[in-house]
Amino acid sequence: MMQLCGTDTIELEVNGEKRKVTVRAADTLLHTLREKLGLTGAKPGCENGDCGACTVLLDGWPIKSCLMLAAEAVGHSITTIEGLKNAPMQKAFFENWGFQCGFCTSGFIMTCHALATIHPGADDDTMADWLQSNICRCTSYEEIQNAVKQVLGKGDSSGVQGVVSMKEK
Amino acid sequence: MIPFDFDYYKPDTLLEAIDLFQDLSEQGKMPMYYGGGTEIISMARANSIYTGAVIDIKGIPECCEFGFSGSNLVIGSAITLTKIVESGLFPMLGITIGRIADHTIQGKITLGGNLAGTVIYRESVLPLLISESQVVIAGNYGTRQAPISELFDGRMRREPGELIVKLIIDSTYTNLPFFHRKTTKIDKIDYPLVTVVAMKKDDRILAGFSGLCDHPFRSIEMEDSLNEKGLTREVRIKNAMSHIPAPVQEDIHGSGNYRRFVLNNILMDVLKM
Repeated sequence: MMQLCGTDTIELEVNGEKRKVTVRAADTLLHTLREKLGLTGAKPGCENGDCGACTVLLDGWPIKSCLMLAAEAVGHSITTIEGLKNAPMQKAFFENWGFQCGFCTSGFIMTCHALATIHPGADDDTMADWLQSNICRCTSYEEIQNAVKQVLGKGDSSGVQGVVSMKEK
Repeated sequence: MIPFDFDYYKPDTLLEAIDLFQDLSEQGKMPMYYGGGTEIISMARANSIYTGAVIDIKGIPECCEFGFSGSNLVIGSAITLTKIVESGLFPMLGITIGRIADHTIQGKITLGGNLAGTVIYRESVLPLLISESQVVIAGNYGTRQAPISELFDGRMRREPGELIVKLIIDSTYTNLPFFHRKTTKIDKIDYPLVTVVAMKKDDRILAGFSGLCDHPFRSIEMEDSLNEKGLTREVRIKNAMSHIPAPVQEDIHGSGNYRRFVLNNILMDVLKM
């Protein structure tokens, strides 16, 4: 039985690397990533599971890291925005102006990257459904949608250079 | 950040979990079973709840069962909403829970957590009520199985230390014609103004409701009225609405009268099944 009492050291797999980190059992994954591992791409927004700014991937699926304990992540593969390394979705956001202030961007990209990976043939309804997970205070929604469509191979990519869709990959 | 400390345990067996709950209770730790943890974390962060220890049930094999077994569909209490939705094994349940929170939260919320949580809507119970599911519960006596209609009276009734292990659904219910509609005040993702889930079995409509009252419910009296075929749809609905088992909610999502108006319109569509 795994147990964590008070403060203890656990091993997390983050972006393909094994990282030992000392945490309180009550520490969230978001707090641990940012404050203990220096991975500040996941943002603290509402810290209540509403805004999506803290989204990371757990075994490839998007989750809100503010609603997960670091201890729960032991034995799972965590991917943060720092681990994407110029993925097609990152390029598509850049080329479609899918951001303004940028605070929500990493969370949006993680959700959209997961959508394109898990459901590369996603229709508009599925895409709209998944995009409900994140909130953009600057209302860049149309540009974000264009970026996702581009990666899904459904958008008008005329004039857009250097984008490889997930389908072509 | 959660403003108090607690211990985290992830037992490998049901017995370990049950014994642990008892030991921790005796130590005054006020333990909580922990499924997805979304409600525990968000309420702990706001200092609305306190616990000295959480017992994560995701390592217990029985709580992680998922699939058809003989003539039943078995869903462990630690199975996430995402896994149920993506599996397509029980479309009525999948569509209903696919409207709880959003995709990233659905990957954390577990079926057991939604049933046992404090949020009053618990929409996942609606398909389970109308498909007459069985619930397996574990306690210091071992395990017991009971129809969900006996355990759920607005919330899941359990003794302290009892753990919801799994739900068992007769597979004949998993592919019957069904109806689902969730109405919200504004946003697609919100608590329900009114949610109605209905199913047609042997030419009879079975229906469950959330958002209407301060707890989700299935009402046999309402079903009897809806199924009274000699009457017009309007009369059947009027009679059914006279059997709503508790006061209709009046809150920021909508007035009681508006909820009744919405319910009336939804039931019109239910009767077209």
